[in-house]
Amino acid sequence: MKDRIYKALVEIVGEEYVSANPEELYIYSYDPGVAGPRRPDYVVLPKTTEEVQRIVKLAYEEGIPVVPMGAGLTLTGLTVPLKGGIVVDLRRMDQILEVNERARYAIIEAGVTHGQLKAYLERHHPRLKHSLPDAPPSATVAGNALIHGQGRLSQQYGFTSDMINGLEVVLPNGEVCRLGSCAVSPYWFSRAPLPDLVGLFVGWLGTTGIVTKLSIKLYPRKKFRDVEVFVTEDPELVPEVVYRVTYTEMVEDVDIWAQPYPPIYAGLQHTSIYLTGDSDEELEFKRRMVWDALKDIIDRREGGFMMLTPDMKATLLATPQPSVARIADVKKGGGFSYVGAIIPVDRFPEAYRRGIKISERHGIGTYSFMARVVGRGHALMFAWSYPFNRADPDSVERARRALDETDELALELGGIPWKPGVYGQRLIMERMDSTALRLLREVKRLLDPKGIMNPGNWEVS
Amino acid sequence: MQPLADIHRCFRCGYCKFTASSPSINCPPYLKYRFESYSSGGRLWLIRAWLSGELSWSQRLAEILYSCSLCRNCVEQCPFKFREELMDMVVAARREAIERGLAPSKVKEFLENLYKYGNPWGLAREKRGAWAEGVKRYEHGDEYLLHVGCVASYEECAQRMAKSLAKLLEAAKLPFGVLGELEICDGNEAYMMGEEGLFELLAENNIKMFRELGVEKVVALSPHAYNAFKNLYPKLSGSINVIHYTQLLDQLIAEGSLKPGRLEVKVTYHDPCFLGRHNGIYEEPRRVLESIPGLKLVEMERCREDALCCGGGGGNFYIDLLGGGPNSPARVRVREALATGAEVIAVACPVCLIMLEDALKAEELEGRLEVKDVSEILLESLKAGAT
Repeated sequence: MKDRIYKALVEIVGEEYVSANPEELYIYSYDPGVAGPRRPDYVVLPKTTEEVQRIVKLAYEEGIPVVPMGAGLTLTGLTVPLKGGIVVDLRRMDQILEVNERARYAIIEAGVTHGQLKAYLERHHPRLKHSLPDAPPSATVAGNALIHGQGRLSQQYGFTSDMINGLEVVLPNGEVCRLGSCAVSPYWFSRAPLPDLVGLFVGWLGTTGIVTKLSIKLYPRKKFRDVEVFVTEDPELVPEVVYRVTYTEMVEDVDIWAQPYPPIYAGLQHTSIYLTGDSDEELEFKRRMVWDALKDIIDRREGGFMMLTPDMKATLLATPQPSVARIADVKKGGGFSYVGAIIPVDRFPEAYRRGIKISERHGIGTYSFMARVVGRGHALMFAWSYPFNRADPDSVERARRALDETDELALELGGIPWKPGVYGQRLIMERMDSTALRLLREVKRLLDPKGIMNPGNWEVS
Repeated sequence: MQPLADIHRCFRCGYCKFTASSPSINCPPYLKYRFESYSSGGRLWLIRAWLSGELSWSQRLAEILYSCSLCRNCVEQCPFKFREELMDMVVAARREAIERGLAPSKVKEFLENLYKYGNPWGLAREKRGAWAEGVKRYEHGDEYLLHVGCVASYEECAQRMAKSLAKLLEAAKLPFGVLGELEICDGNEAYMMGEEGLFELLAENNIKMFRELGVEKVVALSPHAYNAFKNLYPKLSGSINVIHYTQLLDQLIAEGSLKPGRLEVKVTYHDPCFLGRHNGIYEEPRRVLESIPGLKLVEMERCREDALCCGGGGGNFYIDLLGGGPNSPARVRVREALATGAEVIAVACPVCLIMLEDALKAEELEGRLEVKDVSEILLESLKAGAT
């Protein structure tokens, strides 16, 4: 059978873009986090929607698992093929098909990366930008949007998934459909006013279909961008700082970060507040509004703005921030993973304190916490990051245990692990409203009766 | 083995595949093959798996290892502190493969030919200087030795470079000479392919000969030779005062020894990896081109630190793991050059010259675009100025 499937895949995409070689099976059995190894049987690189369609039809007929993959950077093992089968690496589908300047959206193929879209817009549409996460630029825009990612514009405009106008998806039986305004119009500009079928493919972790094209909202790119960092040593104060800063409606992005190294940062909570404007006056006005909002806290000496050196500013203003990836080298071990959880803003203090305890309990040492404000404080994506040494199995295991415990903590705080791995998914489903859980199972069964799509994920027992 | 001790530190974040300013893939093997295994991070993970016994050696693994052209884009883009070691890790793994007798057949062929005949093609040693008929042989007391290298000595289209450069140096009345049949390969590719023993042999022979001949200054035609003389030979206590030919031409123009004439042509310059990213020489070739009245220099989407490699480095001009198909780096590069509206792609490396000329043919762009080396263009301008 293996040989027959291989030949069928070659027929679809050509020999050079199918592999059942040990080298590709090895690489695609891991992601850079602690997950894996779980070997696929084949890795295939389609170029067109039609090719994806034929691959999925083949898998449907043969009952073979199919795992869609962007850059595979979730760090929670979501593209590690838990039950083998075909990994569909979508990164050859890398065309930016259209940018509508006036309606501010881009139609892109599933393999377009954040770095690619950013560079393309900077060159060809300098007044537009998209919400860029701090994932490496090799992460795909579609992958990030479909897992409810966040980015630099989340404070203003919400989750990246809120920025999806519509999409093209290959269903598990191989049919292709378009959802959002593109279902009835040549314009991919809105999800409203139709029934929101887009939601059937967002947050489902590739278990309901393979998205091949997507329309993503773009936003004004202001000429100037600056950052201020407000520092406190009282985590209880952070929700109030966020509330006041977001109330001003003057800021683009708000992130809170805490780490024990270098030692001068230990015990402090830093709130990075990003300001944008088309003139110095606009920037200055916004800065003054933010300072005024926090004035009494500063007067009481409970917090204050940090003096930023040019180097620090450059690091903070970089998009994406390479310093995020650098967490992986803290132990000179090439690994880190994190639990990112969507939590209410007022749970920040406990998330922070208990995160430190988990880190200590598992001997993580150099933890790194980052929380991005989503909406005007509607939620925080709180990321507990734990570095590990890939060459030391004990270090990997300790990180894994810390991550599992942090998944539990997130739920205990009333939050929900974001892009959860299998363990996190199980914890979520254990706590889920039973009717909602049944609905989830029924929808999944309806769309994917043979259970071929990224099996092992969102699997209701 | 020191670089390999750090190999687990690659997180496989993927910064190395791109540049910060371009929407296009800039890692040559990943551009061609598109499997994660052919990216810089994928390759390092596979090397680690092979060395730890998790993965067996195979033809595929050999191809993944040797398809890296060592262009240094990964070093340029990697956000980690150990980024300077990335290429050393690949070279160290190749060394390990050679030591275990596992090198792929084309690599073995390259190295055996180099050992036996002094060049990768197994051509006769005595033909090495055939291009240099009429060019003065180096004599003690000449200010410069012009080192031409294997590619420009034997490859017909690259011999144009050597001939043009020799004419320019003659026009500048510079005391120089070539070694012709006596010239020895610089060994850069042997080193990059992991054959350290052969590299040392070639380097020691060169060092010895240069000493015996009293060579004080070397002009390297090839950036690969320039890299070996400048960065690799000092490790063998063979410090060589070397200059790349574009640096020398830049000096000769600045001091008035060469006076470019008018040439109405639109040119785009392709940065060779071993000149640019490896050695930081970006401006001199551009200054030479810009010194030519009438010449309009336009930049490609990717240039300087972000330039796309032609795919010929690390011996790939011979073992050819990056050639063929529309996504070969050289063909992508030629299309990028065409998009600038230039009539000529200027190069400063014989390897780039042969790779891009082949790509031009494959893209059927002959007649619309030409590949010329900086010295050819400058010589044309001098001739135009003289008429």
